[in-house]
Amino acid sequence: MSDHPSTYQPNSGIERWLDTRLPIIRFGADLMSFPTPRNLNYWYTFGAILAFCLGVQIVTGIVLAMHYDPSGVGAFMSVQRGIMRDVNYGWLLRGIHANGASMFFLAVYLHILRGLYYGSYKAPREVLWLLGCVIYVLMMATAFMGYVLPWGQMSFWGAKVITSLFGAFPVIGKPLTELLWGGFAVDDPTLTRFFSLHYLLPFVIAAVVALHIWALHVPGNANPTGVEVKSKSDTLPFHPYYTVKDLFAISVFMILFAVFVFYMPEALGKVDNQVMADPLKTPAQIVPEWYLLPFYAILRAIPDKLTGVLALAGALGMLFILPWLDTSKVRSMRYRPQYRLFFFIWIVACAALGWCGSQEPDGQILEGVKTFTLIDADLNSVTWLSRFASIYYFAYFLVITPVLGLTEKPLPVPDSLYTPVLSHPAGAPAGAAAAPETKG
Amino acid sequence: MADSIAHAQAHPDGPADPGRRDFIHIAAAAATLGGVAAVAWPLIDQMNPAADTLALASLEYDLSKVTLGQQVTISWRKQPVFIRYRTPAEIAAAKAADHASDLKDPATDASRVKAGHEQYLIVLASCTHLGCVPVFAQGDYGGWLCPCHGSQYDTSARIRKGPAPLNLVVPEYAFLSDTKVKIG
Repeated sequence: MSDHPSTYQPNSGIERWLDTRLPIIRFGADLMSFPTPRNLNYWYTFGAILAFCLGVQIVTGIVLAMHYDPSGVGAFMSVQRGIMRDVNYGWLLRGIHANGASMFFLAVYLHILRGLYYGSYKAPREVLWLLGCVIYVLMMATAFMGYVLPWGQMSFWGAKVITSLFGAFPVIGKPLTELLWGGFAVDDPTLTRFFSLHYLLPFVIAAVVALHIWALHVPGNANPTGVEVKSKSDTLPFHPYYTVKDLFAISVFMILFAVFVFYMPEALGKVDNQVMADPLKTPAQIVPEWYLLPFYAILRAIPDKLTGVLALAGALGMLFILPWLDTSKVRSMRYRPQYRLFFFIWIVACAALGWCGSQEPDGQILEGVKTFTLIDADLNSVTWLSRFASIYYFAYFLVITPVLGLTEKPLPVPDSLYTPVLSHPAGAPAGAAAAPETKG
Repeated sequence: MADSIAHAQAHPDGPADPGRRDFIHIAAAAATLGGVAAVAWPLIDQMNPAADTLALASLEYDLSKVTLGQQVTISWRKQPVFIRYRTPAEIAAAKAADHASDLKDPATDASRVKAGHEQYLIVLASCTHLGCVPVFAQGDYGGWLCPCHGSQYDTSARIRKGPAPLNLVVPEYAFLSDTKVKIG
C-alpha cells in the first residue's frame, strides 16, 4: 500500500502459513503501524469520525430496510407507523439514521475545511483530494435519495424539484427527467428506484473510501505545518497514538450525536414531512436539508434555469479543480495570513448562502426596510445577498486563490514539522513524548 | 490486570500509581462493553415481531360454523390451524389408542382437548417434521397424512408413523361459550 517497510512478524505457524497465501494480518498490522506525523491536531480526527458515521449509516440503514416498504402506498405508513411506532426500537434506529445523515455532513464539512485550511489538496495529494470530492458528491446523492424515502410532503417535493434540475438541459432535459422518474412525474417507480440506489450508493462510498485511504497511504498524511515528513523521528505509529486520539474524538462526537437523537430528534427535519406525499399540493415553503442549503441558494440566485443549474454544479466543480487553482508553494494557511483572511470570509459567505437558502425566495434581510431596486430586486433582499455571496464563493476559487498564491508573501515556514512543537510556549517539554505514560 | 504491569515497582520513569492506570483501563473497557451492549440490543431486538404483529396474536372463532365430521382451517398468527369436529367414532378410536405402543410422543386424548368439548380438536396445522400442512382424513389412522414426508397422525393428531417427532401442537385456547373459542 505504501513504501513504509513492513514491521509485521508472523508469530505462529498458522500466521506464517497464512502470510504466504493471503497476507491479510500483515496488511492490518501495517495499517496500524503506519508512520503518521506526530503533530496532527484534532482537526485530523474527522477522517475516523467519518468512517464511524458511514458505519453507523450502513448498519442502521440495513436494519431500517428490513421494515421499509418502497411503494407509494406503503412507504409513508411503513415509516411513520411501522418503524416509528410498532418496530422494536424503530424510533431509535430511525432517529440515529436520520440525524446520522446530518452528523455525517457536519463531519465532512469540517473535514473539508481542514483540508482547505492546511492545504491538504496540494501535490502530491491531488488524487486523495479528488477521491474525497467524489465521496462528497456521492454522499449528497445518497442523502437526497434517502430523504425521499419517508414519502412525506418534503420528500416528494424535494424529489420533484431536484430531479427537475435535469430538465434544464436543452434537448435531453425532458427525456432525462422522464428516465429518472420512470414516468411523467415523481411516482411509485421513482420511489422504488431511489430506494434501490439509496441502498447501493453507501457501498460505492465505502469502496471509494478504501481508495481514499489507499491514496492517503502513498504520500502519507499532510499535517498542520504543511511541511513534509523528513525523518522517522517526525512520525509516530498510527496505533496507539492516533487510534486513541481518534477514538476520543469519536466519543465526543457521539455525545453531540446523542443529544440530537435523544433530545431533539426532529430538530433538523421539517414538519411538512409528517404529512403524506400529495402530488397535487406543494407545501408553502420547499427547502432542502441544511447541508444542501448553500448550493440551493446559488441555484436560486440566478434567474435563468440552465445557468442556475450550471452554477450549482460549478460550485461543486470548484472543489475538484482547486489543486490546480492554488499557485502558492506554501501549503498551510498557518503561514499565509492574507489567504487565511479570505478563507474565513469564504466560510462566512458559505454560511450566508446557507442562511439565504433557508429563507423564502422573496424574503428580506432587514424586515420592512426598502432601499433601491438593483436590476430585478431590492438590494435588501435574500436574492441579492445570495448573489453577492455566490460571486465571492466563485471569486475565492477563480481569482483570489490563483492570484494571491503568486502575490502573497508568506510567513517563514519551519524547517521541520517538529520545530513548532518544540518552540511552542505552551508545548510539552521534550521529554514528554519519550515517556508519555508519566502524564497519565 | 495486575500481571500485565511490567516494572510495577518504582521505575523512575514509570507511572506514579499503576493502580490508577489499571482503573482507567478497566473503566474504559467496561464503559465500552456497556455501550456496545446498549447498541447491539436494539439492533437485534428490531427483528423480533413488531407491535402490530403482536396485536394480531389472539383470535376468536365461532364453532357453529363447523359441522360434525368436518374440519376448517383458519389462519392464526399467519399460520394455519385445524379445527376438527370429531365424530363419536373418531373420539372412541383416539381414546382407545391412548396407550398404544406406537405413540412416539405419548399423550392421552383427554390431555389434547378441553373437558366437555371433546368433539373439538384444535391443533396447529403444521407437521412437526418440517412444517408442511397435513392432509385431512388420510393415512392408516384416520387423522392426517403429511404430503411432504409421509408422517401419519391419528384422530387425536398424535404422531403414529413417519419421520415427525412430536404430536401436532395444541395451541393455547379457551372456550368463551359452547360455540365460541378464543385462540391465543
